[in-house]
Formats: sequence, C-alpha cells, structure tokens
Amino acid sequence: MLEYILAKYNFWIYVILMMIGLYAMMGKRNLVKKLIGMNIFQTSIILFFVSIGVKAGDATVPILKGDGHGHGEHLIQVADYLNPLPHVLMLTAIVVSIATTGVALATLILIYKRYNTLEEDEIMAIRKDASSYKTQR
Amino acid sequence: MSDQLPAFIIIAPLLGAFLTPVIGWRYRHLCRPWALMILAVPLYAAGGALLQVIESGPFGYNLGGWAPPWGIEYRIDHLSGLMLVLIAAIGLLAAISAKPGITMDIRGKEANFYTLLLLQITGLLGIVITGDLFNIFVFLEISSLSGYGLIAHGEDGAPMATFNYIIIGTIGASFYLLGVGYLYMATGSLNIADLATILPNLYHSKVILVGFAFFTTGVAIKMGLFPLHTWMPDAYTTAPNPVSALIAPLMTKVAAYLMIRIMFTLFQPDFAISVVPVATILGWMSVVAIIVGGIKALAQTDIKRMVTYIMIAEVGYIVMGISVMNRPGLTGAILHIVNDACMIFCLFLIIGAISYKGHGREIYHFQNLNKKMPWTMAAFVITALSMCGIPPACGFFSKWYLILGTIAAKQWVFAITLLASSLINAILFFRIIEKAYLAPLDSGAHSHDHDHEEEIIARDEAPASLLIPILITTAIIIILGPFSGKIIDLVIQHAVPATF
Amino acid sequence: MGEVIYSAKPLWAVLVSMIAAFLILLTGEKARNLREGWTILAALIKFVIVFSLIEPVLAGKTIEYTLINLLPGVALQFRVDAFGLLFGVVAATLWIPTSFYSIGYVRTLNEHGQSRYFFSFAMCLSSAIGVAFAGNLLTLLIFYEILTIATWPLVIHHEDESAIMGGRKYLIYTLTAGCTLLLAIGITYSLAGTLDFTGGGFLAGHGTPGLLILLLVMFIAGFGVKAGIMPFHEWLPSAMVAPTPVSALLHAVAVVKAGVFGCVRVILFVFGPELLHQLGVWTILAGVVAFTVVVAGLLALGQDHLKRRLAFSTINNLALIILGVSLLSKNAMTGGILHIANHAFMKITLFFCAGAIYAKTHKDHVSQLDGLGRQMPFTFAAFTIAAMGLSGIPPVNGFISKWFLCLGAVETHQIIFLFVILTSAMLDVAFFFPIIYNGYFKKPLPDVAAKIDEAPMIMVIPLCLTALFSIVFGIMPNAFLNFFNIVRLAVTNVLGG
Repeated sequence: MLEYILAKYNFWIYVILMMIGLYAMMGKRNLVKKLIGMNIFQTSIILFFVSIGVKAGDATVPILKGDGHGHGEHLIQVADYLNPLPHVLMLTAIVVSIATTGVALATLILIYKRYNTLEEDEIMAIRKDASSYKTQR
Repeated sequence: MSDQLPAFIIIAPLLGAFLTPVIGWRYRHLCRPWALMILAVPLYAAGGALLQVIESGPFGYNLGGWAPPWGIEYRIDHLSGLMLVLIAAIGLLAAISAKPGITMDIRGKEANFYTLLLLQITGLLGIVITGDLFNIFVFLEISSLSGYGLIAHGEDGAPMATFNYIIIGTIGASFYLLGVGYLYMATGSLNIADLATILPNLYHSKVILVGFAFFTTGVAIKMGLFPLHTWMPDAYTTAPNPVSALIAPLMTKVAAYLMIRIMFTLFQPDFAISVVPVATILGWMSVVAIIVGGIKALAQTDIKRMVTYIMIAEVGYIVMGISVMNRPGLTGAILHIVNDACMIFCLFLIIGAISYKGHGREIYHFQNLNKKMPWTMAAFVITALSMCGIPPACGFFSKWYLILGTIAAKQWVFAITLLASSLINAILFFRIIEKAYLAPLDSGAHSHDHDHEEEIIARDEAPASLLIPILITTAIIIILGPFSGKIIDLVIQHAVPATF
Repeated sequence: MGEVIYSAKPLWAVLVSMIAAFLILLTGEKARNLREGWTILAALIKFVIVFSLIEPVLAGKTIEYTLINLLPGVALQFRVDAFGLLFGVVAATLWIPTSFYSIGYVRTLNEHGQSRYFFSFAMCLSSAIGVAFAGNLLTLLIFYEILTIATWPLVIHHEDESAIMGGRKYLIYTLTAGCTLLLAIGITYSLAGTLDFTGGGFLAGHGTPGLLILLLVMFIAGFGVKAGIMPFHEWLPSAMVAPTPVSALLHAVAVVKAGVFGCVRVILFVFGPELLHQLGVWTILAGVVAFTVVVAGLLALGQDHLKRRLAFSTINNLALIILGVSLLSKNAMTGGILHIANHAFMKITLFFCAGAIYAKTHKDHVSQLDGLGRQMPFTFAAFTIAAMGLSGIPPVNGFISKWFLCLGAVETHQIIFLFVILTSAMLDVAFFFPIIYNGYFKKPLPDVAAKIDEAPMIMVIPLCLTALFSIVFGIMPNAFLNFFNIVRLAVTNVLGG
C-alpha cells in the first residue's frame, strides 16, 4: 500500500494540494482566504502537469545538439528528453491563473469599497439589511 | 482571402478588442461603431464558413501553417459552423442593443464594455472553432475572465456575485484542464481529431475514465447544470442588462456545445453508455435540473432572476437531449441550443428595454405595460409562447425532437418532465402576460364598464437601438420554427454521429 | 383516393384571416369601420375560397399544398379531404353571420378592447381552418395550439375576476391537453414513422395492443378536453364568461369542434375502424362518451344561467358526435359527422339569441325570461326552431343527424346506445322547452316592454338567417353547401366502397 502511494507521490501531492485549495474556497468565510485557496488549487494543477512531463532516468531538457542543418550528431532518442509540452502549456496556464487572480483582487477591492469588509457573513448581513430597507420603502 | 476566413473569425475581434481602449481613450463615442464594424467580420466569416461546410463538408485550418496534431488546428464542421454563426449573430445584436443599457448602468465606461465584449466573443468563438483541447481551455478562460469583468460592472450585489462566479468558474476551468492533463498523459496528443482515433483503444484505462469525469464536471459547472448552478442566478441577475443579454444566452450554450464535443467527437458515443454510465447520470441530473429550475423560477417575483432560473431548466433540456443518446434526442439538444439562445437573448433584451424605461423588474411593475410599450410586449408574448412550446415558434420544435428522443430511449419520466416543464413555463409567463395586458383587478369591481374612467396611458416605447434587435430576434424566433426542418436537413443531421 | 390537385387555396384560406388579424391590429380603435371592414372582407374571401373547394372534393379529388418540411416524412402540409372540408365549410360559413353579429354586439354593449377582440377572433378562425385542412397530425397540432392561445384573450375579455379565473382554468386544461397530444403524436411518429392522415388509419400493425390503447386514451384525452368529454369538460361552462359571439362561434363551432374534429381524425384516420375493432376498445370509448351525453344533459337541467345551460347542451351534443363516430358503423358515422354541421347551425342560433337577449335587456338567467317572447318575437322564434332541432324534431336539421345516429346504433346491435341517443333527445326537450314556455306563455315580468322591441337589426338578422338555414338543411340536406354529400364521401373514404 505504502509503495503504491510512494510510487505515485506526485499525484498524491497534487491531490492533497487540490483538496486544501477546495477546502479554502468552500469552507472559509473570508474572501481573501478563498482567493488564496483558489491559487493553491490552480497551482496544484500546474504542478500536476509539470510532473507528468518527467521521465525516469537521466532525461534532460530537449536542446538538440547539431549544426542546425538537420545533421544531428546522434539520432534523437525520445527517452533522453523530458517532454517539454506540458511545461509550455503550463506557462499559458500560469498566465491565465495570474489574470484570474488579478480580476479577483480587483473585484475584492470593489467589494471592500462597497461594504468595508471582506467577511462573507458580514457582507451578507449588510446586503440583507439593504434589501429589506428597499422593500420597506 | 477566403482560405483564411477561419482565422479572421478569431483575429478580428481579438485585435479589435486591443484597439478599442486606444480608440476609447480620446473618442468614447467611436467605440460603438468600431465594435459593430469589428463584429461584422466574424459574422461574415462565420456565415461563409458555414456555407462552405454545407457545400463541401468539414474543413480544417492550420494556424500558422503547423500541421495537426502538432500545431493548433481550427476545425469547422457542421456543429461548430452553426455555433459560430449563432455566437457572431447574437454578439453583433447584443453590441447593437447595448447602447441604452450602457448609458443607464455604466455610463462613461464604453471603452471597457466594448473591449470586454469583443474579448468575450473572441473567447466564445475560439472555444467553438478550435480543434485543440488546450486551446479550448485558453479560450474558455478568455471568455470567462472578460465575463467576470463585465458582470462586475453591475448593480449592488454584482461584485459579490462576480467573486463567487470567479471561484466556481475557476474550479470548472481547472477541472477541464485536469481532464486535458489526464488525456494528454495517456495519449500524448491534444488534437481532438487525433485523440478521437487514439482513444477507443484506451477506453478501459482508468486514466481516461478520470479524465472524462473531470471533463464532464468542469463543463457542467460552466453550463450551470444543477446542482452546479449556484453561481448563475446571482451573476446574471446583478449584471448590467446588456451584459446579461450577451453572456447569459451564449456562455451556457457554448458549454453545452463543449459537452457535445467531448461526448460525441472526442469520445465515441458508446463510451458514455457502455463504459461509464454517464449518460444515465446526466439524464437524471437533467430531470432534477428541469424540475428544480422550474420550481425556483415560480418562486421569483423579480423577472430577471426568474429568467435565470428558467435558464437552469433549459440547460436541463439540452443535457437531457444529450443524455438519451439517440439521433432525435441529440438533434433536439442541438436545435435547442440555437433556439434557447435566441429566446433567452430576446428575454434579456426585453428586460433591458423595460428597465431602461424606468419600470421595475418585479411582476407587479408590468401593469399596463402593453399600452406603454406595445411592441416590446408583443415581442415578449411571442418569446414567452415559444418558451412554453407553442407552435409555430421555435421552442416547440426543439421540444418535439427532445420528446422524440426520450420516447426512442423509452425514458417516460424524462418525457413527462419535459411536458411538465412546458406547463410550468406557461404558468410563469402567463402570470406576467395577465399582469401586463389586463386591467387591474383591484381598481373597483366594475372593471368592465370603465369607458369613462379609463385613463389615457401614453405610449413610451423603448429606443430604436433596443427595439430593433428585439424585433429582429423575435422574427428569428418565429422563422426558426418552420425552418427547423431545413436547418436539421442542412446542418444538424451531419452534426449527429453517424452511428445513431 | 382519387387524384390530387396541388393548389395554394387551402393556404390562402388560412392566411386570409391571419392577414386580416394583423390589419385589424394595425388599424386599431381609431378607424372602427375600416377595422370591421377587414373582418367582413376576410370572412367573405375565406368563404369564397373554401366554397370553391367543395366541387373538386366532391368530384373525388384531394387538394394538397406542402409548405415546408418539418421533419423527415412530415411536412407542414394542407390536404383537403371531404371530412376536413366539412369542418372548414361550417367554420367559414358561420364566420360571416358571426362577424355582423359581433359588430352589433360589441357596439351595443360598448365593449372595451375591441381591436384585441377582433384580432383574436380572426386568429381563431385562421387556426380553425388550419385544423380543418391539416394534412397530418403535426400540422393539426400546430394550428390546434395556436387556436388554444388565440382563444384565451377572448375568454378573459371582461377582465374581471371570474373572466380571469375562467381564462386560467381554460389555459390549464387546454395546455395540459396540448402536452398530452404532443407526447401522443411523438409516440405515434416513432411507431409509424408517418403522421399523414389516411382514411381507415395508418397505425395498424405497429406497436403492442397495450401501447396502442394507451395512445388512444392519450389522444382522446388530449382532443377531448376541447371537445368537453367528461371529466375534462369543466372549463367550458367557466369559459361562458366570454362575450356571447365568442361563445357562439368558438364554443359552439370553431374551438370545441376542433376538439371533436381531432377526436374523429384520430379515431377514423389514425387508428381506423378495423384497428379499433381488433383492439376491442370501441365499446369502452362509446360508453365513456355515452356517459357524457347523459350526464351533461342532466346537468344542463340544473343550470339557471342561460349560457351555462347552453354550454352543457354543447357538451352533450359534442359527445353525441363522438359517440356516433365511435360506434364505427356506416350510418352512425354519417349521423355523427353530419351533426358537426347541423349542431353548429343550431347552437350558434341559440347563442346568438342568448346574446341578443343580453344585449337588449341585460338578462342572462332562464328565470328572468318570463314573457320576453312578446317583446322579442324574432329572437324567440329562432330560439324555438333551434331548440326543436336539437331535440330532434323534424323538419329542422337536427332530426336528420339524430335519425342516422339511431340507425347506426341499431346496426351495431348495441341497443343501449339507441336508448342513450333517445334519452338525450328527451333531455333536450326537458331543458329547452321550459325556456320557450317561459318566454311565450308565462305572465310577463314588469320590465318587459309591451310592444315589439328587438335587439339591433345587425344582430337579429344573422340569428334569423342561421335559424332559417337550420330548417333549410333539415328539408334539403344538400342545399347550397352539399353537406350530406360531403359527409357521405367522408364516410366512404374511411370505410371504402
């Protein structure tokens, strides 16, 4: 059992991180904490992608040695190189994640300006008061 | 030029979006004509692409000249061609109709609005046009991020609703990304067409199963399928009216498109039947979605919120059509994507028109509205009848195919749910129509000998920039009905897998 | 079936009143006479178009027009056969007197929302003709649903509490029925792959008997709601809050007959007599409608509100029509189908009379009519003729259809149904003749004028005409419109030979 867990440790790490993130997003009542949770969640996925590019053995980054005219010094062995594509994909994903964080932070600023708090419960209470005030009027 | 048409669909709104702030910097009033001009390009290109697909079948476009499966391929088949036209058309109409809403809700932020609108449409078009799984994720995030930005402009509760939407939307997108990761891990490919040939050998691999589960969940969140819909009512109710009119009909429908893509193009149809019982699960979820959406809608007095709950039920319709896994059902689902997008769009436009004229969104505010805004209310009645599935409006025909699908699958509960839902819609809309068209009950018992007391109610119709899109959409709603046979003949029947 | 003529005439028959409806709406309240002019013009054109279809149909031809393909094998298609033509002719003919009568009625009572009223009326007629000429079940359903919606503004016309409640009840009943029909038609389509009406039915050989019986129940329930078959009749008396011309044309001719028409279409042209014999359900069906015949008659006895009494009489007669058809014998079918036309003429007369009385005196209860026959002799004469006809007394046309119904009941050797028909006739006497007696022989109430003081001419002339035609069709069933020949042809189409 332990071996099974250790053999796929990268998966377990990402799953644990993901759960932490999910918990923060769902369970925390502070909006900034939720946002942090979201970041952890996204990071876990990025780590997962990065880890699936890894290969056993001494594979390395794929920089092809050669004269640049197709006459390589040796044939390219797939096993010698890490798969670069997941890493490249994750560059995009990181950009997306940063953009999302930015938008979320901007929204938080809006919320803070409007309600003077970032606690979800307090905001709900304020909004409830406001709506009951509106209906009374 | 015509070879490069598919690229224009994406590039035009993308570049347009970046130039909009530049233009808006000095000349705010130019933003709108600029955006309209830009949006005409994808509509034209998408129309051309659809015609080409109808004439000569699906075709691909290699972005940057890189051949698939290495490069990103834009792939246009019947389904995506139809969706492209739908998105481009609704995008253009939404941009036309946005002016009054902007002056009311977000005055002075034209540049922001049109930039985000163009980005939103870029994202949606991109999801549909691309044949690359990761590219879909990128476009999904482009559209979501611009959507967050747009919704946050809205009324009192909007920032809070936006934040919730960001959190849940990110979970959805991340799940989708995870699904991509698992598939990539097992196959080493991201191209949908390529994957479709590789995957059948791997159907019993656990990796694929997990990936499929993540895909479905992620997409279900984006489309607001019950019980993952919680972000939807708040976000679409609090958004500014032009924004809800743009996002509400399109975002859910594109997500539904994505679900169809995943279940029928990426995977073989029988994967979701025999390998994992996803179809059954989705079917029952859709039943619950339809019922709960309907009941929740009945409980609302704010009509905008009511429509968002109706949307939850309508998403259920589409998922039900997918889940019965047969030709009429899927035909109905695709047809309903088109029809429902038009109907929801029209409803939000009408709500926008009513709000613009200073009337509230509560049902009792609809009193006498037929005299003040006769054209808008006529459009409302037709759209409402279409939602209830009264022929010859388009809603009837998608419902007809959906019911045929449930009959063919022998899912009687599904069929009865669909019918019950039309009745709920009838109640929902007729209570508003009654309010709008009939004299108030409480103004004295003798409401029928009122010729002397009848006050003259001045006509106060919505501005042309809003009214014309409303009437166009209404006309489309009526025309789509009788012509649904043609649409199916030309387009949708090719979008349904041949094995059905 | 003989040769098929492809012609757009059926389409125009439908479109003419739809176009008129929008012209009416655009003309609006400001130019009343022009607006009413559209109605009359449309009614006349419609009649001419429909009338011109009689000759080719009687010559054994079918007129067909396909608009657009809706699904594989099913088009939005009009096909005029003898049976559809009968309903079409009845509706188109009676629209003319009703138009004149309506104008008189709404102007006398100074009703509100007249544009809406005439708009909905024209839409109803358009969809009723659409129902009549529909070539398949889906086309029929489309027009049937339009009819449902177009009638609603008429039911709630008064906009008071009872009208709105009546309207809601009407919508709940009919929309639920529409959904049931949608499901039933969906099942039919997936069983047979076609929806085209075929004389003698097309469902034979498809599906299990259990499913077919369920299907029949769904169809009859779906169409039966509009036809007022018990227990789905409740909306009809409630809908009597509508203005009288509406009750006259729609709740005696167009709307309820659309329900009956649908039932008959399903029984004869979808299932077919042979299949129903095989399934052995026709006696049950006949039993259900026979129950409706008797109970509706009994309930009518207890109604003091004149229009409600007429409504129950309508339920009674509609069930009689379906009873005739579901007996599946040649004569019963003839009687039943002929009764569609005959009942229309008589019942519209009765409603016209009720409306004339109300417009003139604001009386709408049977007990208020004492001695009114002296003040309104024409109205009461017409009422008497129509009432006699419904009770099956010659020489009014009701006698002929009831005669064939009785013959048919004897043919089937089910004497019980003969008794039902005769009982119904007796009940008709029992609930109509007190009204006539009150009107002519009772001591006049104090507010009854001593001299003749009729409703406006524009109302009295139509009702006298319809009464007159009831007699003419009683003496010469083939006069002018060839009703009897059309019916005979329709029956031959179903039974063959």
